[in-house]
Amino acid sequence: MSADHLDWLRREGRILIVGASLAGLRAAETLRAEGFTGELTLIGDEPYEPYDRPPLSKSVLLGMASPHHTELPHRWEVDAKWRLGIPASGLDLAAKRVRLADGDEVPYDRLLIATGVRARPWPKEDEARLSGVCVLRTRDDAADLYQRLKAGPRRVFVIGAGFAGSEIASACREMGLAVTVAERAGAPLVGALGGVVGAVAADLQTESGVDLRTHVTVTALEGDSVGRVRAVHLSDESVVEADVVVVSLGSQRNTDWLAGSGLGAGPNGIACDAGCRAFDFRGIVTDDVFVAGDVARSPHALFGYQFLSLEHWGNAVAQAETAAHNMICHGADRRPHLWMPAFWSSMFGVNIKSVGVPPMGDQLMITQGSPAERRFVGVYGYQGRVIAAVSFDSARWLEFYARQIERGAPFPVEFPTMDRRPEGRQPVAADFPDPSLPTHGPTVTLTGYSPADQQLVFHPALH
Amino acid sequence: MRLVVDLNKCQGYAQCAFLAPDVFAMHGEESLVYNPHAPEEQRERLARAVAACPVQAITADGLEDLAGEPGAGAAQEASDVR
Ligand SMILES: Cc1cc2nc3c(=O)[nH]c(=O)nc-3n(C[C@H](O)[C@H](O)[C@H](O)COP(=O)(O)OP(=O)(O)OC[C@H]3O[C@@H](n4cnc5c(N)ncnc54)[C@H](O)[C@@H]3O)c2cc1C
Ligand code: SF4
Repeated sequence: MSADHLDWLRREGRILIVGASLAGLRAAETLRAEGFTGELTLIGDEPYEPYDRPPLSKSVLLGMASPHHTELPHRWEVDAKWRLGIPASGLDLAAKRVRLADGDEVPYDRLLIATGVRARPWPKEDEARLSGVCVLRTRDDAADLYQRLKAGPRRVFVIGAGFAGSEIASACREMGLAVTVAERAGAPLVGALGGVVGAVAADLQTESGVDLRTHVTVTALEGDSVGRVRAVHLSDESVVEADVVVVSLGSQRNTDWLAGSGLGAGPNGIACDAGCRAFDFRGIVTDDVFVAGDVARSPHALFGYQFLSLEHWGNAVAQAETAAHNMICHGADRRPHLWMPAFWSSMFGVNIKSVGVPPMGDQLMITQGSPAERRFVGVYGYQGRVIAAVSFDSARWLEFYARQIERGAPFPVEFPTMDRRPEGRQPVAADFPDPSLPTHGPTVTLTGYSPADQQLVFHPALH
Repeated sequence: MRLVVDLNKCQGYAQCAFLAPDVFAMHGEESLVYNPHAPEEQRERLARAVAACPVQAITADGLEDLAGEPGAGAAQEASDVR
């Protein structure tokens, strides 16, 4: 692209952002902060200003925050045209226009897609419509669920023990509500952290009074005569009476609106290069369509160029900043999105954090503390190197392990860390479910080839 | 006033919970929970918590008049966005 064209773009070009949430807002701010003075438009299907989602399953359910007020602070004046409450319904790549559901069309010079994911609904539609059957992704969902929990149901039933489902179960117990959790795998969090760490999460739940059922699936939701849910049927033939059912079966990427557009978009997300430029369906990189956040799927040099889909808050922020930067600068000044994956969660009073890509690991060592005390660090190994770490109430160590991952430090871990117990000297199988079996839970999805070795000296992008 | 805490950065030092206990609280030993919509009367306490966080994990808007020049907080944040 010629310097003239870029100058023009930065001065008076039109940038359109579809998806007005965390990634969309942070991208808009970055564009302005880096000197974009042209026309900026944000399209969002929710009628609200960008708000933060992690509190919805934590502070909100704990009664510390209102579901109506988790709007994100603005770090920079964005001076944009906001079109909220209206979904984008199509994209014409050749004409550079986005179609809206109300029939309007918005032209752009550069487009950023940040449409995120939505909650996977209960598959049987008539059952999903029963009153009391909820999901938790949006602020409206949170307001509805909070009201139902406050009303004091006799029992809450959570389908799926991923992070969200487990956080909801934890909040229920704090409210003193009876709660049953059903999980297809052998323990909670198995898709994200493996069976060994999952077993610790299982103990946490049962000790807190959760009626945890593993190795079962829900076969049917039963309603009463006025259309309220009243019972849940399980594959082991048991029936559990409940008047609130939270469906927490993971998410689906919001790419349907791109069908037929010619973009490389599908159920796995939108593939892009490390510079956040979207691929078209032929695998050719576009130069004016960028992607960021939960909907993106991008290759990561540190993890063998696997295409990673990360449903992580920090990834949405970092990728949005990188995409925005790259949208308005010369090729040579572009930055790769090489963010160290990091995630937090909080349940049953325990702070859980991870760095790296745990599901890529096949082995695990408890290098510090002990699972029995619910305070430990687990390190995941893949083909002789450290690939991820998880902490339960030991978050201050993660920075150290993030550096180990960047360096491709050897696994099994040899250094004598603080508080290392004898049982932590041998690696064990991390016990992830067979990746070919469907799971609902992992917040990291590996969608590329398997890497063999690390040949690159990694310098992380700073954020 | 809106605020958000980057809980990847947060190290649970609890400075904020000490300085603005109506906005921030520890949940268990290490987890921070907070109200992302702090009431107006918490403005001063919130500003102190933002300033005291050792890892600069808290972003809040509407604190300009306390930070000196308008937009100082925002500009500081934005310069971090390389
Ligand atoms: C309850 C909950 C708890 C969470 N807890 C944590 C946590 O503890 N730690 C963590 O790291 N992450 C957590 N996350 C994940 C984190 O919130 C996401 O990673 C983050 O929100 C991603 O931001 P995003 O902007 O990419 O996507 P989203 O926040 O999903 O935003 C996408 C937006 O685009 C809109 N949209 C979709 N399609 C269209 C269309 N066609 N036209 C217009 N608009 C459209 C959507 O409605 C939505 O508003 C949690 C998420 C939830 C739901
Ligand atoms: S002061 Fe900062 S690091 Fe400490 S708990 Fe608060 S946000 Fe976290």
